[in-house]
Amino acid sequence: MKTPASSMSAALRLAAVADTPARATTVNPIGRIIKYVLFDILQNRIVIGYTLFLLAVSLGLFGLSDDPTKGLISLLNIVLIVTPLVSAVFATIHFYNSYEFIELLAAQPVRRGIIVWGQFLGLVLALETAVCVGIGIPVAIYSPSATGVVLLLAAAGLTVVFIALAMLASVCTRDKAKGIGLALLLWFYFTLLYDALVLFIMFSFADYPLEKATLVMAALNPIDLARVIVLLQMDISALMGYTGALFREWLGTGAGITTAIAILLLWATIPMLLAVRVFRKKDL
Amino acid sequence: MKKMLLMSSMLLAMLPLCARTLHVGAGFPNPTISSALLQARSGDTIFVHPGVYAEGNLSINLPLTLIGIDYPVLDGRHIDEIITVNSSHVTILGFEIRNSGQRSTIDIAGIKVLSSDSVTLENNRLRDCNFGIYLSNTIGCKVIHNDVQGVIKEEQNSGNGIHVWKGSGHVIAENHLTGHRDGIYFEFVTDSEIRENMSEQNLRYGLHFMFSHNDHYHHNTFRNNGAGVAVMYSRQVKMTENYFGYNWGSSAYGILLKDISDSHIWKNNFEHNSAGVYMEGASRIILEENQFRENGWALRVQASCDANVVRRNNFFGNSFDVATNGNLVLNTFDGNYWDKYEGYDLNHDGIGDLPFRPVSLYAVVVERMPHALMLMRSFIVYLMDKAEKIIPSLTPEQLMDQQPAMHPLV
Repeated sequence: MKTPASSMSAALRLAAVADTPARATTVNPIGRIIKYVLFDILQNRIVIGYTLFLLAVSLGLFGLSDDPTKGLISLLNIVLIVTPLVSAVFATIHFYNSYEFIELLAAQPVRRGIIVWGQFLGLVLALETAVCVGIGIPVAIYSPSATGVVLLLAAAGLTVVFIALAMLASVCTRDKAKGIGLALLLWFYFTLLYDALVLFIMFSFADYPLEKATLVMAALNPIDLARVIVLLQMDISALMGYTGALFREWLGTGAGITTAIAILLLWATIPMLLAVRVFRKKDL
Repeated sequence: MKKMLLMSSMLLAMLPLCARTLHVGAGFPNPTISSALLQARSGDTIFVHPGVYAEGNLSINLPLTLIGIDYPVLDGRHIDEIITVNSSHVTILGFEIRNSGQRSTIDIAGIKVLSSDSVTLENNRLRDCNFGIYLSNTIGCKVIHNDVQGVIKEEQNSGNGIHVWKGSGHVIAENHLTGHRDGIYFEFVTDSEIRENMSEQNLRYGLHFMFSHNDHYHHNTFRNNGAGVAVMYSRQVKMTENYFGYNWGSSAYGILLKDISDSHIWKNNFEHNSAGVYMEGASRIILEENQFRENGWALRVQASCDANVVRRNNFFGNSFDVATNGNLVLNTFDGNYWDKYEGYDLNHDGIGDLPFRPVSLYAVVVERMPHALMLMRSFIVYLMDKAEKIIPSLTPEQLMDQQPAMHPLV
């Protein structure tokens, strides 16, 4: 991960900029922070490895099956499990590793909210680059269809959401192990526990009309939401009877996908706003 | 015997003497078809030259041959039934028949044949007719190579492309049917053959079969119809080498088999249907050597089915291979190829050593709670299915293929 020395020197350079009163007012420090975080991460071996991993898996899956739709379905599983996991864990570790840099920044005349947003946006840019290269390029080569685009959007959306959740987890505790644990727990909840809960609710209320409730339950989990919008492109909705018709009406169309992306962005914004709130009041 | 031959050859020689040829068209003795029909005697041939003939209802009451040259148009002006055949041995070739009327009390058709035998309808084009071709109480008719195109309306105001009610020994072949309620509709029709038809984009069924026994349909294509193909309340139906595809929708099927028995479904292709074959109350049906590709459900077998045999079929990329709604298993699955099979073959005889259970736990869950499809392809579903494979508890234990093929069958 990031070495303290590099973050220190970056911080000093940034501090030097912030020190000059004339420039402190003209240069927005958030741009600087994003730039440092971004360049720092892009040099990082893990992100390069992650990019190559996504690239290899995507190319492999498309290469294995002659039908690109099958490749997309297999890729969907990777997108739904791996991207949230890597995003959450990487963001948490990165936050703790640059803790000294953050402390140093906090000592400068930079607003705390800006520090957190800067960290977040830097991470988002870096990991989105990885996603766009690792998944976007193979999809563009093998399956440049609406389904491919929606899959890429879903991967990008999940990355943002899970970085935001990781930021929230990281600001909540000073202990790195606890922070990573919390991020993992969130991932585990959204990948597995939530769906188990949904199944339980469906079993318990099987006698009631659950169509709209199902729609709401899908929106309350970013991973489910991402999966549903991709599967709707693959005509799975036809299997679902009335629920499917409802899903299709709400999420299957262009407007529906926009709504779903908006909900995903909400899933990123709300944890980030909470994280900023916590970080502002936090005793560093 | 010799006498008979002599007699018949004499009769044949006399035929051209009594049968005449009449011509209809601008500049011919008969400007209208109705006037030609008034003059015509049994066995005459009427040639109709190109033009538009809007003459109201044409009723054919004698054994005649009507031949259209370069598709003359018979227009019903959205009021009339265009041709009504009340006589046996009528042949109608090469017309364009369009714009029939539409009423809720009478089934108005482009060509309607009433209680007559051996009528041949060939090479006609039917456009925007309520019912296209309507055979009522007939025997031994041939409906060949007609192109029937309706205009999509609501289901209750729309008629069928080829509608056959009560009859036997028909041949319905090489027709193209689209934009009607049902492409082909059979009710109380026995010993008939339906072959090489293309039925697509009809509102309800591509082919609808009711109370029709001993029929054979083969080499047909049914695709993109509202609900696929329905075969109901029939027995001894042979369905071979047909293509059923792209019947997507919440209640669409490749074939819906309801209360049908002793039938043979052989070498058909089922692709991209919500449910490839949906069976309810079906008995003693043999499903053999069919291809099921990328359907939602390849087979949905309700617990009311018994003594059916599913053997030597190929299952590729279906979301669910088999779904059922009970634990009682009265059907046999044998020697199929399942792409989801993960067993091994130690003695290399091409047959997997472990049985394959085609009903996954998730399929059982979805059968009980259709909403659970929201969780399709999620991690928890994958885990559930894996766990169930190791220790089957909820899936019907006896429903298995004892001899799954290791490789796709040809």
